[in-house]
Amino acid sequence: MRALIVDDSRAMRRIVGRILVDAGYEVLEAGDGQEAIDVLEAQAELPALACVDWNMPVMDGLTFITEVRKRPEWRSITLMMVTTESEQDRIVRALAAGAHEYLIKPFTGEALMEKLDLLGLLPVPAGDPS
Amino acid sequence: MSISTTAFNFVREVVRAESAIVLEPGKEYLVESRLLPLARQANHPDVDAYVAELSTRRNPAALKQVVEALTTNETSWFRDSDPFTALRQSIFPTLAKTRSNREIRVWAAACSSGQEPYSILMTAQDTPELAGWKIDMLATDLSQEMLDKAKAGEYSQLEVNRGLPATTMVRHFERSGLHWRINPALAAQVQFRQLNLVRPFPPMGKFDIVFLRNVLIYFDLATKRDILRRVRQVMAPDGHLFLGAAEMTMGVDDAWERVPAGRSSVYKVREEQPTCAR
Repeated sequence: MRALIVDDSRAMRRIVGRILVDAGYEVLEAGDGQEAIDVLEAQAELPALACVDWNMPVMDGLTFITEVRKRPEWRSITLMMVTTESEQDRIVRALAAGAHEYLIKPFTGEALMEKLDLLGLLPVPAGDPS
Repeated sequence: MSISTTAFNFVREVVRAESAIVLEPGKEYLVESRLLPLARQANHPDVDAYVAELSTRRNPAALKQVVEALTTNETSWFRDSDPFTALRQSIFPTLAKTRSNREIRVWAAACSSGQEPYSILMTAQDTPELAGWKIDMLATDLSQEMLDKAKAGEYSQLEVNRGLPATTMVRHFERSGLHWRINPALAAQVQFRQLNLVRPFPPMGKFDIVFLRNVLIYFDLATKRDILRRVRQVMAPDGHLFLGAAEMTMGVDDAWERVPAGRSSVYKVREEQPTCAR
């Protein structure tokens, strides 16, 4: 499975990318919403998941999610907002715009894996740490 | 029983080298409680024996398990997800057909900081068949500190990130400064009480559902057997017991029968008890 990470922080893309690669994903990256749209348009095979930061230059995450939701051909992409924005009304806005999940930074690897589990997007069963 | 200084220092050193987390003196209880399940799994009588073997063999996979056991500390919401799916899809709807008093009694027997009983209540609210029903929820734990936290219903950002669907979070929680507070109406549905599973249970009545997950792993075989026997006595005749994914009753107390429930399993008391269990 493939995942697109949309974040203007290279360090954040690396952290999220490493967790997703460990989970069995092939990872694509974009530094803002517009670049993410360009990446999606260039793909023959769409990613199953996009992890999207909120605050980015050029096009922010909320606009990106709204744009993706306007395109029926991209309906298969599961959208998860991954952001430091933690106010309740922000979460409600993101969900209303079409985000399927919302993960607040900072987070642990387990938290990201649990969100993927909720979304039915764990490519391989996670090992039981116990 | 407590961990020896030698064992504690070895574990401290391993955790510091692998994760940069420093376990201060005074954390012996944490080390012991987190490592006891690993010791039991490896067939050691106690943590000291387990650590002694670790320090001799230094098996990298085993050392990694130790570090993970000591550095992961938040419990998640809807932990393992499958038991909650089973509640919503099959167990709650089945009980809804058979309980004429429109009430379901649930016991979360090792509720820790409260994620489990609250997850059960939120699942009940998402089950259309239970609209207007009462969930009588008892949540117990050995630790009063955990019970106080559970009752307060306040969780950090890191804690609400763990396994809680965003839609559920906005529905059942309110932001309160840096924390998230669970809906007081939901919290009021839970009766929290301190209880030590190894001692005789106080009078509690019968339960339709018991969650006893990831706690038997801390006990030796005789204690597990005794707990399971006493849990049988508080089960409603068609009650459902949930254990952790790595736990089972087979070979411990065979008066229980494992029944598939969606992608999960539940245990029910067999109708015909084996003679030895009478």
